[in-house]
Amino acid sequence: MKALRRSGWLAVAASVAFLSTPAVAADGPMVTKIKQRGELACGVHTGRYGFAVADSQGKWIGLDVDFCKAVAAAILGDANKVKYVPMSAVQRFPALQSGEIDVLSRTTTVTLTRDVSLGLHFGPTTFYTGTGFMVRKTTKATKLEQLAGATVCVVPGSTTEKNIAALFKARKIKYTPVVIESQKAMVGAYFSGRCDVMSMDHAGLPGHRRFDAKNPDEHFIFEEVYSKEPLAMAIRQGDDQFYDIIKWVTHVTFNAEEYDVHQANVDEVLKTTTNPDVQRMLGKIGGLGKKLGLDDQWGYRIIKQVGSYKDIYDRNFGEKSPLKLPRGLNKQWTQGGLLYGYPIK
Amino acid sequence: MADTLTRAGEPGGPSTRAAPTRASAPPPEEKIAVLRWLRDNLFSSPFNTLVTILIVAGLVKVVPGLFAWGIQNAVWYTKDHEVCRAASGACWAVIGEKHRPMLFGLYPYAEHWRLVVALVLYLGAFSITLMRRFWNPVFLIALWVVVGTAVGILLWGGVFGLTFVPSSQWGGLPLTMVLFTGTVVLGMPVAVLLALGRRSHLPLVKTVCVTFIETLRGVPLITILFVAVNVFPLFLPSGMEINTLLRIIVGMAIFFACYQAEVIRGGLQAIPRGQYEAAESLGLTYWQMTRRIVLPQALRICLPAMVNHIIAAIKNTSFVLIIGLFDILTATTNVLEDPLWRRFFVEAYLFVALVYFVFCYALSKYSQRLEQWLSAGRQY
Amino acid sequence: MAQAETFQDGPRRGGSLLYSTAFRGVAYQILLAAGVILVGYFLYSNVNQNLERQSIATGFRFLTESAGFDIGESLIPYDSNDSYGKALVVGILNTLLVSVFGVVLATILGGFMGIARVSRNWLAAKLASMYVEVMRNIPVVLHVIFWAAVFRNLPGPKESIHPFEGLYFNNRGLIFAVPKANPAYVWVGVAFLVGLVAAFLFVRWADRRRERTGKFMPTFWPALAIMIGLPLVTWLVQGAPLVWDKPTFGAFNFSGGAVLTPEFIALLVGIVVYTGAFIAEIVRAGIQSVPRGQIEAARSLGLRSGFVMRYVTLPQALRVIVPPTTSQYLSLAKNSSLGVFIGYPELVNVANTTLNQTGQAVEAVGIMMTVYLLMSLTISIIMNLYNRKTIIRER
Repeated sequence: MKALRRSGWLAVAASVAFLSTPAVAADGPMVTKIKQRGELACGVHTGRYGFAVADSQGKWIGLDVDFCKAVAAAILGDANKVKYVPMSAVQRFPALQSGEIDVLSRTTTVTLTRDVSLGLHFGPTTFYTGTGFMVRKTTKATKLEQLAGATVCVVPGSTTEKNIAALFKARKIKYTPVVIESQKAMVGAYFSGRCDVMSMDHAGLPGHRRFDAKNPDEHFIFEEVYSKEPLAMAIRQGDDQFYDIIKWVTHVTFNAEEYDVHQANVDEVLKTTTNPDVQRMLGKIGGLGKKLGLDDQWGYRIIKQVGSYKDIYDRNFGEKSPLKLPRGLNKQWTQGGLLYGYPIK
Repeated sequence: MADTLTRAGEPGGPSTRAAPTRASAPPPEEKIAVLRWLRDNLFSSPFNTLVTILIVAGLVKVVPGLFAWGIQNAVWYTKDHEVCRAASGACWAVIGEKHRPMLFGLYPYAEHWRLVVALVLYLGAFSITLMRRFWNPVFLIALWVVVGTAVGILLWGGVFGLTFVPSSQWGGLPLTMVLFTGTVVLGMPVAVLLALGRRSHLPLVKTVCVTFIETLRGVPLITILFVAVNVFPLFLPSGMEINTLLRIIVGMAIFFACYQAEVIRGGLQAIPRGQYEAAESLGLTYWQMTRRIVLPQALRICLPAMVNHIIAAIKNTSFVLIIGLFDILTATTNVLEDPLWRRFFVEAYLFVALVYFVFCYALSKYSQRLEQWLSAGRQY
Repeated sequence: MAQAETFQDGPRRGGSLLYSTAFRGVAYQILLAAGVILVGYFLYSNVNQNLERQSIATGFRFLTESAGFDIGESLIPYDSNDSYGKALVVGILNTLLVSVFGVVLATILGGFMGIARVSRNWLAAKLASMYVEVMRNIPVVLHVIFWAAVFRNLPGPKESIHPFEGLYFNNRGLIFAVPKANPAYVWVGVAFLVGLVAAFLFVRWADRRRERTGKFMPTFWPALAIMIGLPLVTWLVQGAPLVWDKPTFGAFNFSGGAVLTPEFIALLVGIVVYTGAFIAEIVRAGIQSVPRGQIEAARSLGLRSGFVMRYVTLPQALRVIVPPTTSQYLSLAKNSSLGVFIGYPELVNVANTTLNQTGQAVEAVGIMMTVYLLMSLTISIIMNLYNRKTIIRER
């Protein structure tokens, strides 16, 4: 009995030690911490086509995923050194606050409350969208006003949940929300007929129609976008250097498109360009990387390994994706869109 | 005060899983005896006859339909969901088509063989542990250390040329197994300490244990998981991280321990005062007495009830669905989001139910046999 | 009771203070107290530091702020402009609603199956035992999500299952006609409550009389008659007002009538079927704990079997049945938190949404736990009072 208890304790202690990774790193800057760990912990959506979805091999793809990669390319030099942590809408903020993830890149709308009382910092907007609605074509509804009495499926804790409450209230029409924690279960509930309407970010709907519907032609997505949903990467407050990196990594992708530097031609541009702005971005004229606590090739690596915003958009939403979503507001400012890369100077 | 609150163990107190005494004998062979059996067991009174007729009528109505759906018109194997859609019966093919993501979750596809080996090793060790003839502490510990190490190596990899797989990618039945084993291994010692503490004559020790046990037993497991996943990290010094899986296992282990502690307390209370007095008169200290005299007897008495809570621990692993850990149930719900196979959810869920049932039912039968053996062999 | 069995301080060994049991007892307690305080302080200071460093909002101020989200089903009027506090109350009421229905139905199902298990009818006993063995060995989570999937995959509103006028069953739930509100119903309700009290007083009076005089008097049917008759008479006296509010099919859905949502039904069915299996086992054990001799003796006195059940078997069986059943009721109430899996807006679901909207994880989870704890303690105390009453009867 004695032997049993003693070795029992040993076994317990051993298994605890085995399972835990109490990485008691110094509470230093995030960049140091990420470099020590050798990977960036990035919170992503559990599965929304175009933004973040794991393929059958467990490989993550999507716009949000590409921004995780861009940050990893800048800090760690390798876009593949990312640990993707899929999380539900409810889990995302506690996970970020508690330090389980370094960056949250998960279709997260910037709002005042989140910015202020959740202790977050948001990077530049990486995607402009709004609340969208999808219905079955048999309902013949084409706009919100025709949805009186409808049952609406929505995920809890999303800005969508609050938006639809406000939208329906403003139009004085009644509806029944069905709030389901798991995104997949919510989508399943709509397609199995539990709800008349599915509501989420407008840009998320085509993917679900394309991949989750038995017959995509049976479903209709309202053309109108009903609210402002600027989506951005978020980090916790308390590390300005890391915040700067997030900010400027995003601007590099915007600027790259504006100066027509893409994944395919970046090496060539690097050799031939005479534009000092581009030379600075690609590290030919040095000094900027150091100000961020990085090396000078950070911008080059982002474009080489991940791409310009055009590369990222086309791959996940545009012509090279099955979704074929028009860019809408996500165009360069020079073309009437809202993407406005700050000068990398 | 809280001590007087009567609460037997959660799913079924100690008495509820007792061996069912046969209300009626099985049908004998001879013809006359058959008639007599029928009269005694089905038509003993007008009321009984009515009940029998109603049940038979119900069965006649339901069983042929079930048979046609489940067996006669069922599709047993196909890769084409349209075949299933066309059939009027069950689509058991969904299990054949999807069994790998269901059983192994997100674990890298090429490495699934490692999980199969780990499961076989684990189930082997588990079966050996259940056999009384192997009840030798040194042997069992050695067995579990070896099997545990082997399973760990297989799951994680990173050595002997096996690819490293982080615990965040574990899934399916092996994850259920890890959750369950972790819960029981970590929870058991805590349960013993809590039970002893609750029976302690030191008022403060007793108060702390009672408060702890009653608080955790008063809240749903889901909230404990919320604490483990969402809240607990905020309570750690910044910079310190604990693996999510470990946090969840610790949470479930503490929950398990609080229920198990109550069972063990029952065992402790069943030990006659004389035993304590005899031990004390021998001059044994508290810990000597507890370790050598009290605990071995108490644990033996409450062994069947403890097995019942271990069964509950198996079932409770399914609660991780809410926090998105890919145990066998989460993996199955995930698989069912495939639009082509979504409508065959009944078949998929029945399969998962069967997996749980096999383990839990076997253990509950085992617990009943244990109880018979204990009451036959040992008299206190 | 536990105290009486606890061993007292043992004999002392040697004179050293270190060997004194009393001294060591005090030392252990001081150590424990210090440990608890230290751990508590450690956690408290960490969480404070973390929250402050990241400037995360703390406190319960959010409870009065506007929630901004809608809730699908609510027992009280609720609007997205209402506060988070009110949203949580809606959640608590939904939890209570499903728990109360669950307890009643699980008791009926479990009692029925438990009696069937000890029945002399072989078929009934076998079927009941199959039900128990299968249902209790499948996780309650699986029960709930299985039924949720089943009810969501029912035909749509236009192809509703429509067994008779005024009742529709489809993937939007169970929709049925209810009588339209009428002022007379208030009085019917009052009459029902009066009837309830009257029936209770009558039963007590009859019991006292039986104990005093030994004269038996049937109580069940008269009591039932009072409980149903009084409201019925009240209703008739007021002119028997009855207008049905029938569900009619609108653009998307039925309007009118009352609705039980698929989520509510799935959660209810799941926890009832699961808990019922445990209650059935408890009931079986309770009935079997009554010695056969007692029942035979009562029968041989010429007492009718209903009387034997009411005054001999049941009081003894209940003493065995009540304590473990209480814990089943408690676990049923706690399992109602599974609503969050399937989208039934009970407490955990609403608190979960609140957690996400406000980001205040510590407070939101704290509220969940406190409410359940209070609920558990209340049920425990009530059942212990009942328990004590049944024990006193032992004489």
